[in-house]
Amino acid sequence: MKLLWAYGVRNVWSRGRTTALTVMGMGLVSLIFLSVLMLGDGLTRALVDSGSQANVLLLRQGATTEISSGLYRNQTHIIRSLPGIASDTDGNPVALAESVVLISLTKTGGEAPVNVTVRGTQPMAFTLRPQVHVVEGRPWQPGAAEIVVGAQIASRFLPQGIGSPLRIGKRDWLVVGIMSADGTAFESEIWGDADLLMAAYGRESYSSMTLRLSNDAAFEPLNRLIADDPRLMLQMKRERDYYREKSVTLTTFIRVLGFTFTTIFSIGALLGGTMTMYGAVAARTREIGMLRALGFVPAHIFFVFLIESLTIGAAAGGLALAGGAALQTVTLSTMNFSTFAEVAFRLTLTPPSAAATLGFSLLISLLGGLPPAIRAAHIPVVTALQAPGR
Amino acid sequence: MTTPPMIECCHVTKSYVRGDQEIPVLQNFNLSVPVGQFLAIMGPSGSGKTTILNLIAGLDRPTDGTIRAAGIEVSQQRETDLARWRARHVGFIFQFYNLIPVLTAAENVELPLLLTPLSKQERAKRVRAALELVGLGDRLHHYPRQLSGGQEQRVGIARAIVGDPTIFLADEPTGNLDRDAAESVMMLLRRLHQELHKTIVMVTHDPRAAEYAQDILHFDKGKEA
Repeated sequence: MKLLWAYGVRNVWSRGRTTALTVMGMGLVSLIFLSVLMLGDGLTRALVDSGSQANVLLLRQGATTEISSGLYRNQTHIIRSLPGIASDTDGNPVALAESVVLISLTKTGGEAPVNVTVRGTQPMAFTLRPQVHVVEGRPWQPGAAEIVVGAQIASRFLPQGIGSPLRIGKRDWLVVGIMSADGTAFESEIWGDADLLMAAYGRESYSSMTLRLSNDAAFEPLNRLIADDPRLMLQMKRERDYYREKSVTLTTFIRVLGFTFTTIFSIGALLGGTMTMYGAVAARTREIGMLRALGFVPAHIFFVFLIESLTIGAAAGGLALAGGAALQTVTLSTMNFSTFAEVAFRLTLTPPSAAATLGFSLLISLLGGLPPAIRAAHIPVVTALQAPGR
Repeated sequence: MTTPPMIECCHVTKSYVRGDQEIPVLQNFNLSVPVGQFLAIMGPSGSGKTTILNLIAGLDRPTDGTIRAAGIEVSQQRETDLARWRARHVGFIFQFYNLIPVLTAAENVELPLLLTPLSKQERAKRVRAALELVGLGDRLHHYPRQLSGGQEQRVGIARAIVGDPTIFLADEPTGNLDRDAAESVMMLLRRLHQELHKTIVMVTHDPRAAEYAQDILHFDKGKEA
């Protein structure tokens, strides 16, 4: 039945203009669908991929973010002495106490200031987060009022880049480097010396602590030790789970909003596909009669018209994927509702999203093509043979 | 022992219902077409000629009466059985050729063979033979738009003969052709009848076309005139 398949496909291309318009309409709706997925994937990549499965994060009990958390210095010393934490080459525990604050910065060319995360940290941060690299300039010197800014911050807030001064807390800092973080949320942060940052804000406590587990099995015993120690009053989470929780509200909001619009638009695209296919059936009624007269059964006719509709859907899906590939260059930023900080992310095209978009296009074309295909299959042969047209 | 007729219509009545009106098309129509006969049915438009072809092919069902063709009781068959029977036994030739514009001449001719268990190579062989028989062996890969009306109808005839059916039903095969093209099409039908001994029922209102047939049945207002 390869010939019937070819018949269906060639008919699609024989109606050049109508097909092009239907494919464009359906393709644009599929692109909206894909954009929503790409937004979600981009945010997930920026937020969830910021965390590593091998790392755990410690926050004050009841705190949901690093901003609302606090750890005293003596608590960090107790934690460093606990078993289950990986050691570096010098035998020191891979444990990092950090202080996180939000500052207001105004985007280049923008008017309203937005919150940007400043992370007071230590050089070990680069060990715990291997995706973060200084790509321009150099890291900050411990004890110096120097900062390294994420690539997204540099491009959007500090166009002068390295050498720019920045007021954070009660101190002026100097930008000495720009870091990239493989598209994760760290690209939207500013990093500097933890002790100096705490001093600039008159703080005595850190915000959080990040540890590298010695092995995966160490999670439960360490978690129990921390939970049972009355001096600590801390909660422990896998770093990846923490960032996933931070992304849920935002990604859910975007997906719900996006899919609501997509559903409405897809009804329009579906009707467009239906109209096109009804037109095709009307224009080829006599052909249908001829095929039935030759001995083809209604199922064959149904198959031919469904193939045509699905071909349109596949072309629309292809168009959406081409558009999606082009959209990958777009970087967006938004406020993360969980941390109230600006996060920039790239629209990301993943294989599952590409497959889902193709499936979406095919589903629209299938649903839109079903009524005309059923109609084509059930036109009485004699009526079809008497139809005007080709 | 006498050979049963290839087509036999007994007391066939056909009427259509439009609103609350019943419009009779055929009234107590009887017909017997022996094996290998070339019959022309002539009559004015609306006389019910095409309805006879549709009923013989099982595309339509009689209101009353019975129709036997190529060994089966056509009026008693189920839709799917009729489709299978048509694919095996009936070759259709249409007034407007009814070729599919997006398929080449060879692909158009191949269509009925898709319903047979023949291999691709066997189908290609038969398609070529059919197109050569109608004088279009050099037009295999031409699309209908690249052919003249006469050539298109010859492709239509090739499509009808490719499956080697028992009965040919031709509905005004020359109705859309100029005189020369009509003559060449009729010569082809005559060859099918004389050389391949096929049973042909042709509906026409063209007396010149009817002259090629062995017998002519004049028809008017739903019955033999």
